Amino acid sequence: MEKFTTLTGTACPINQSNLNTDQILPARFLKWTRAMGFGKALFHDLRFDSEGQEKPGFPLNKPEWCDATIMVSARNFGCGSSREAAVYALYDFGVRCVIAPSFGDIFAGNAVQNGLLTATITDQEAAEIMESLAQTPELPVTVDLDQQAIRCGNRTYKFAIDPIRRMRLLNGWDDLALTENYRERVSVFKAEDQIRRPWAAPRQEG
Amino acid sequence: MNEPQTIIDKLWDAHEILRRDDGESLLWVDRHYVHEGSFHAFGKLAERRAEVAEPGLTFAVADHYVPTRGPRGNIANPELARMVRQLADNCARHGIKLFGLDDPRQGIVHVVGPEQGLTLPGLLIVCGDSHTSTHGALGAYAFGIGASEVAHVLMTQTIWQKKPKRMRVSVDGVLPPGISAKDIVLAIIASIGADGATGCAVEFAGSAIRALSMEGRLTLCNMSIEAGARCGVVAPDAATFAYLKGRPYSPSGAAFDQAVEDWSKLATDEDAAFDSEVALDAARIAPIVTWGTSPQDALPIDASAPDPTRESNPERAQYLREALDYMGIAPGKKLTEIAIDRVFIGSCTNARIEDLRAAAAVLVGRASKVPGLVSPGSTLVKRQAEDEGLDRIFHLAGLEWGESGCSMCVGINGDLVRPGERCASTTNRNFRGRQGPGARTHLMSPAMVAAAAVSGHLADVREILGSRKM
Repeated sequence: MEKFTTLTGTACPINQSNLNTDQILPARFLKWTRAMGFGKALFHDLRFDSEGQEKPGFPLNKPEWCDATIMVSARNFGCGSSREAAVYALYDFGVRCVIAPSFGDIFAGNAVQNGLLTATITDQEAAEIMESLAQTPELPVTVDLDQQAIRCGNRTYKFAIDPIRRMRLLNGWDDLALTENYRERVSVFKAEDQIRRPWAAPRQEG
Repeated sequence: MNEPQTIIDKLWDAHEILRRDDGESLLWVDRHYVHEGSFHAFGKLAERRAEVAEPGLTFAVADHYVPTRGPRGNIANPELARMVRQLADNCARHGIKLFGLDDPRQGIVHVVGPEQGLTLPGLLIVCGDSHTSTHGALGAYAFGIGASEVAHVLMTQTIWQKKPKRMRVSVDGVLPPGISAKDIVLAIIASIGADGATGCAVEFAGSAIRALSMEGRLTLCNMSIEAGARCGVVAPDAATFAYLKGRPYSPSGAAFDQAVEDWSKLATDEDAAFDSEVALDAARIAPIVTWGTSPQDALPIDASAPDPTRESNPERAQYLREALDYMGIAPGKKLTEIAIDRVFIGSCTNARIEDLRAAAAVLVGRASKVPGLVSPGSTLVKRQAEDEGLDRIFHLAGLEWGESGCSMCVGINGDLVRPGERCASTTNRNFRGRQGPGARTHLMSPAMVAAAAVSGHLADVREILGSRKM
């Protein structure tokens, strides 16, 4: 997994709360493979009309934000379905960081698995950043994971992230490599657990 | 004497293999359910040439992409056929038990798990589906995960997690007639918000929860994710044990008795501390419907849609305007005046036998004014409903009696609500486009969907059943 340290880029504000994973990637694209590139389906039904034409009002369709690498939104971003392809869609589009007051739990977990930073700030701060971007769309935004800071114009905001997720992103750690270190502990646990909870195994089919 | 523990602590401790200094724990997974959508994870295994660590603890169900209308021996749509076949191939390749399309036990994974006795109290269960929280109804610690985590569980039978905060939602008192678990959970979500339980594991407690059937508890825990919860759990009790006794995969004989003894110890100890507590009065819960585009946009059926002009917070007003606009509802409109185009009874939330009985009780002797589909939660539920004659009631009411699968809840099998159409639905998400691009979804209980069907608009089931015993 790619490490995340700092990022400077264009930030696109999408001022909607509860922007769920069905919006980020509608379900009909879930049968796609990663090689097909989910970026073109990102926010599909918000971005395109039923004829496949871009909706001019949607922020990502504006020329100043069409190459955004940072997204700023309102609370509960990524709630709903566990589809990891919602993260693939953001990542494949080029987004590496989402800033919002809160995130769906499963989405935030999926994000860290793919090197996408979820930076948590207050409702007030999110509104402020989105307002700044509405005023000055090209305002460069810098996200510094080590310092847990967002620089937007002349303002700096501290953001929150779970320290474990922060370390994973900074180091680009891979879950499987981590778990491999504990292979012995797992097999000891399994053996002891079978004695402790004999009923936990599924009964064999009769 | 040990410190008093919540059921959440007890479940967690029983599965914690180790905890690193940074606070992240490696947990043992007792059951891993997979479905057609798990193909990304199997792909990751193939890339690494890895094997499934515990195929005997992994169970697969074809549910998301299977057709639910008409015959399905041969799936006509090649893309859907490929998705279903791909699951069968991956299961065959890795020695995983599959409840496939041709299996009489096929159904929605969150219906099949409990039904088969695969889901048990005290287990840790994961699945690449957010509604895995359903299984907490039996006293399991169950949560949805993403594809990378599915791959990790396939390869190691373990998962990294940070212990969530513990929330208790207590619902005490007696539910009024006509009120179901769906109304309880929609009331909870409306009260705490769609992110009200984010970062929390939730125990549902109180006399009204204890009084729920297993079906009701499954509905309740199913939608805990719609409040943002990591998982929802109900302490196992006599009702749980009675439900599990004799199920194909649950322990039998002396092993069952031993299990019941252990399961009985899972309940939260007296004086155990939660990080947060929420309380609701069951007697005050009315039949609830959603009016907007988030499950938190839920109101009692006798209320009116919100009016943005009466909202002082400008951002909230903007949210209301956009939601009402998408839903095609005039501000302040009485909910009972909202006409519907179709109904859907199905999904992992509300397609168990009790749900079908509740809908049939309203529909019997009446005609639906709109078309609709009834998709039973599993093929076994379908057979039981047919044995009870429920299918005839749905037929006579003018509704279509379908097959089992995720169907019109998520629409990826092609069963869609058309653009602009309004659907009264027993499902779990009223997100924009959830049931199809441009579809407008109103969530409610099975009895309330049936009431809407016979009225042609959102309706209060209590009034319709007024002349009948509920």
